[in-house]
Formats: sequence, C-alpha cells, structure tokens
Amino acid sequence: MLIQIKNLIKNYQTDELITPVLHDLSFDIEAGEFVSIMGPSGSGKSTLMHILGLLDRPTEGSYKLNNREVGSLSDDQLAVYRNEKIGFVFQSFNLLPRTTVLENVELPLFYSAHHEHAAARAKKVLEAVGLGHRLDYYTNQISGGEKQRVAIARALVNDPDVIFADEPTGNLDSKSGIQIMEILQNLNEEGRTIILVTHETYTAEHAKRIIRLKDGKITSDHVVASRRRAKDGELLK
Amino acid sequence: MSFLDFRRAVMNSLRSLRKNKSRSFLTMLGIIIGVAAVIMIMSLGAGAQSLILDQVEVLGSDLISITPGKSNKDEPPSSVMGIIITTLTYEDYEVINDQNRLPDLAAVAASVNGNVSLSWRDNSYDAAMEGTTASYFDVYGGEIEFGRFFNKEEEKNLAKVVVLGPTVKEELFGDSDALGQKIKINRQVFEVIGINKKRGKVMFSDFDGQIFVPVRSAQRLILGINHLNFVAAKAAPETEMAAVVEEISALLRDRHDISDSSGESDDFTVREAAEAIDMLRTITDAMKYFLAVMAALSLLVGGIGIMNIMFISVNERVREIGLRKAVGAKNSNIIWQFLIEAAVLTLVGGIIGIAVGALISFLASLVINFLGYSWAFRISFGSIILAVFTSGAIGIIFGYYPARRASRLSPVEALSYE
Repeated sequence: MLIQIKNLIKNYQTDELITPVLHDLSFDIEAGEFVSIMGPSGSGKSTLMHILGLLDRPTEGSYKLNNREVGSLSDDQLAVYRNEKIGFVFQSFNLLPRTTVLENVELPLFYSAHHEHAAARAKKVLEAVGLGHRLDYYTNQISGGEKQRVAIARALVNDPDVIFADEPTGNLDSKSGIQIMEILQNLNEEGRTIILVTHETYTAEHAKRIIRLKDGKITSDHVVASRRRAKDGELLK
Repeated sequence: MSFLDFRRAVMNSLRSLRKNKSRSFLTMLGIIIGVAAVIMIMSLGAGAQSLILDQVEVLGSDLISITPGKSNKDEPPSSVMGIIITTLTYEDYEVINDQNRLPDLAAVAASVNGNVSLSWRDNSYDAAMEGTTASYFDVYGGEIEFGRFFNKEEEKNLAKVVVLGPTVKEELFGDSDALGQKIKINRQVFEVIGINKKRGKVMFSDFDGQIFVPVRSAQRLILGINHLNFVAAKAAPETEMAAVVEEISALLRDRHDISDSSGESDDFTVREAAEAIDMLRTITDAMKYFLAVMAALSLLVGGIGIMNIMFISVNERVREIGLRKAVGAKNSNIIWQFLIEAAVLTLVGGIIGIAVGALISFLASLVINFLGYSWAFRISFGSIILAVFTSGAIGIIFGYYPARRASRLSPVEALSYE
C-alpha cells in the first residue's frame, strides 16, 4: 500500500483557540491510482495534501507512506522523503525567478543524494513534457502552460512514488489546462500515482477516483463512473 | 555536509548572487567601504608613525637634551610653548663639554636659532639660522660637500663665517660658485666657507634649508642675545644614560647655585631622547589604535548593513525557500545557502575593499611625498589578512541570524506567503 491514513486529525492552534481542520480521516491509496481530492475552499483539502505531501504533520493519527509510519520521522528525514518520493505541482507554479527552465528542473537533484548527470536527467524529463526546445529560456519568457509543464518536469525529475498536483490548472486558460491534465493522465498510465487537489468537478473527473471532503470530513469516496479524457476533451467510459 | 555538498552549495549561492547583481552590489557596498577604511587607516597610520619616528630616530637614542627652564617629565619643554628663558648659556655649554668633568659624553653641541635674511649681490633669501658649535656634526650627523665646517677657534672668536645648506646655496647662488663669497646675514657680512651635503628633513626641520654660523657669532652679532636655546649631548657607547643625566643636572645646579637637589628648583631640563621617542611612539600607537577602532566600527556598520539586506533578501524569497523545502532542502541546506551567500558577498566586498583602500593609500602617499615628506606607502600583510577574515567573519555572524530565520520557515506557510 502506498498511502495508509488512519484516524487522522489536524487542528490549528492559535493562542487559546483550537480550530479543527481535519476530523478523523481514514483511507488508503494504492500505487498507480489517480485520485482527486475534492471539496470547496475551507474543506481542508489543501491541509490534507500538505500532510500527505509531508509538508505538514498531523495532530493525531497514523500516516504510513510505503508502509512506513512517517509521524516519527525527523524534519531532515521528511526532507529526504519529499526529495525522493514526492513531486509537487502547484497552482502558482513556484518556479525560481531569473533562472532557466533547465536549472529549475535540476533543483530537486541539487538536494538529492543522486545528483550525478543532473543536467541530462533534467533535459530528459523536459523533453518528455514537450519542452526540449525551451531548456535555456528564463521562466519569465515562457507561457503559463509551459511554466506548469516545467513544474511537472521538476516534480518528475527525481522519479517520485507519487505526484501531488494542487489546483494545477487553476491559473491556466482552458486549452493549457487540458494539456496539463493530459500529461498527468499519461503519467498515470505509465504507472505513476497522481493525487490531484481541486474544487472543480470537471477537473476532478479526469481522475479515476474522487475523495470528497467537506468541513474536514470525507463525504464520499468513489470511483469515477464517467472519466474525462483530456486528449479528446471527451468523457471516457 | 560533505565537500561535494559544500561545493554545490557554494555554486548554488554564486548562481543566486549572480541573478541579483544590483542587490548583491548594494549589500557589498557597506563592506567595501568598511574594509577600504581599515586598509587605508592602517596604512596611513603606519606611514604617519614611520614618518614621525624616522625623523626622531635618525638622531639616535643616545642623545641627551638640555633645555632652559624647568619642565615636568610628562610635559614638553617650556621653550616649545614659546616662552623665552635665558638661563642656559654658552658657559654652561663649556662646562658640560668639559671632558674632565663628564667623560661619558662623546660630543656636545649648543644651539641658538633664528630666522635671518640673506643676500648676495642682488639675490636675497630668508632662511633658518642655526648658531651652533664646531661639534655640530659629531652630535647630529651630516656631512660637508664642499669646503669645510667652522672650527673651535672660529666658534670662540666671533668669526664671521657661514656654512650653507644645499637649498640655500641653490637659492642664493644658483650655479655660481659660493665658496669664499661674502654674503650678508641681517646686514652683517659673513664668508661662505662650506656647503653641506643634501640630507632632507631631520627632526621635522629642513636641514638643507638652514645656514650654520658659530654660536657666539649668532648670539652677539646677529641675534643680540646671550643665552642658548638648546644643548644636545651625545653619550659615549655603553653609557648608563640615567646616571649621565643626573651628573649633568648636578653640574648645572652647582653652576646655577641651586642647592635643592630634588630637581624641584631647577631652571633647566635634562632629558634622554629615548624618552621622547618612547613618548612619541606611545602617542602614535594611541593614534593608530584609535583609528583602528574607528575602522572596526565602520566594518560593524557594514555588517549590520549585510544583516539588513539579508533579512530583506529572506523576506523577498520566502516562497523560494518554501519551494526549496518542498523539493527536499533540509534546514541545514537553507542555512548554508544564505550563510554562503553572506560570506561570499562579504569576502568579495572585502577583496574589492582592500583594492580600493590600497589604491587610496597609494595615491595619498604620492601626494604626501609630493609635498616633500618622506612617506612610506605601507600595506601590511597583517592588515590584509585582518580585513579578509574580519569581513568573512562579519558575513557569517551577521548572515547567521537571517539564515536561521529562513531555515525555520514552515514549508506550508512559506509556500502560501504572498
């Protein structure tokens, strides 16, 4: 099992005030799945993604990644896990300014134990997302859709077990958004686990499974009956 | 952190600094100015000290000075204050110069000084006059280039003879022959019997611009006085200086009918030149340390500047820090990145500062030499090492706090920072 969540609780505490964000969540995600975590803003979906992505720690409960309980890991160990096992794609791209496309994709390798041939590996994943011709462009010289493809390449470069995409199409026009969803679907078909966080049903339906959250609780967890196919802009049966 | 990791961290920091050239330069500016100030101050301080000490030490530390009037040990002699005291006379000099009484003195010279107008044919020139004894060179050094110095006979017999410094000869005679010529010193006619060899400045006075006449001739014929300004005695090698000073004092007390042997009632002052050198060295050292503290303060200000800019830099890059953490940077990676950035900035700033400081010191030495002082351009290796290490250390010390704050940012908060 790739991800096992059991009785997970997350509270935010400011001074005396405790705000519960996630209530007693339990679910599993297997390797190779494509899961959408859906919910309106304030539902706790981003917090859940941050915990799953090891950017944040749960208040209570168990989280096993690759059958390893991560609650007991130190900050440095979490950093190594994020580096080796997890890739992130953010709504706002989060590329380094005044830096080339290639350098951005090399960044995770810089913090990795396996940093030899960084440039060659970065180039390879950039070609895989169709940006082989943009290697030496600066990040302010490319379009939004290209920026998000750079971010996907960066997420892929260290060959992670799972990719978290947080509203990856939120800042894009619909055409670029479809391209991004197509890349994510292709990656999933190659066996990569994808966890997509979104508030849009349309986008969420590109996944194979949808976990719906509301007020920090899971309201439904089901397989997508009529999956959308980004390639043709159509529904798949 | 392995060497390879460190090398990558340095490369990463350099890359980040290159991307922000103007910010990097502004950060460095404080350090450049601070280090340049340190180098300049150390160099100018060393130059000034050498200028002052060279002037004094050229006379040697075996000199004993005898001045009229009483003065306390830690105060300058009264004559320096512009007070005219007439208690020291040629007769005092003769007693001190008496080998039977003070066998430990190798040579003694007496001086009266004044400014005089010289003329020869249609030329005239104002110069400093040293009325002195035939023993002048034995005490102060110096050499005759042409002719001769006056002798003991001429010193005693009010002879109207004069020895010219090379500058005076040049001003008054140009290329003409001066030896044997008669010149007027304040309307008295003197014969030129010698010309000194060029020597430069000694004890801050222009040796080459002076004329030398027998002391009694100067007193009686030119200045119309009966006292001496100064007597200098050179001790024989391996002499116990303090004992000689005491012997001279006792002799003068006897001559001046002073029965109080404590020194309280003296109307003269006897001092070792070494004391004066020590005093000057203390003063110039104090000056140097004072300047060094000022320079250190400017470095401190530079360091605080670095800290400010580093904080701004951290604030500007909160999202970048969040992203770096998200893709696997450990807290230590972030600390190192910012620390190395600060250290590189201060080191590069330090090196530029050294170059700027050295250049300014060099130009200053050119100007000072042009003004006629012999000023050594000195950049000590020590001051360079000091500047490099101080600036590097400042980078690390003042870079650490912002770097640590950057590393402690929570990745979630950093990523959502607007």
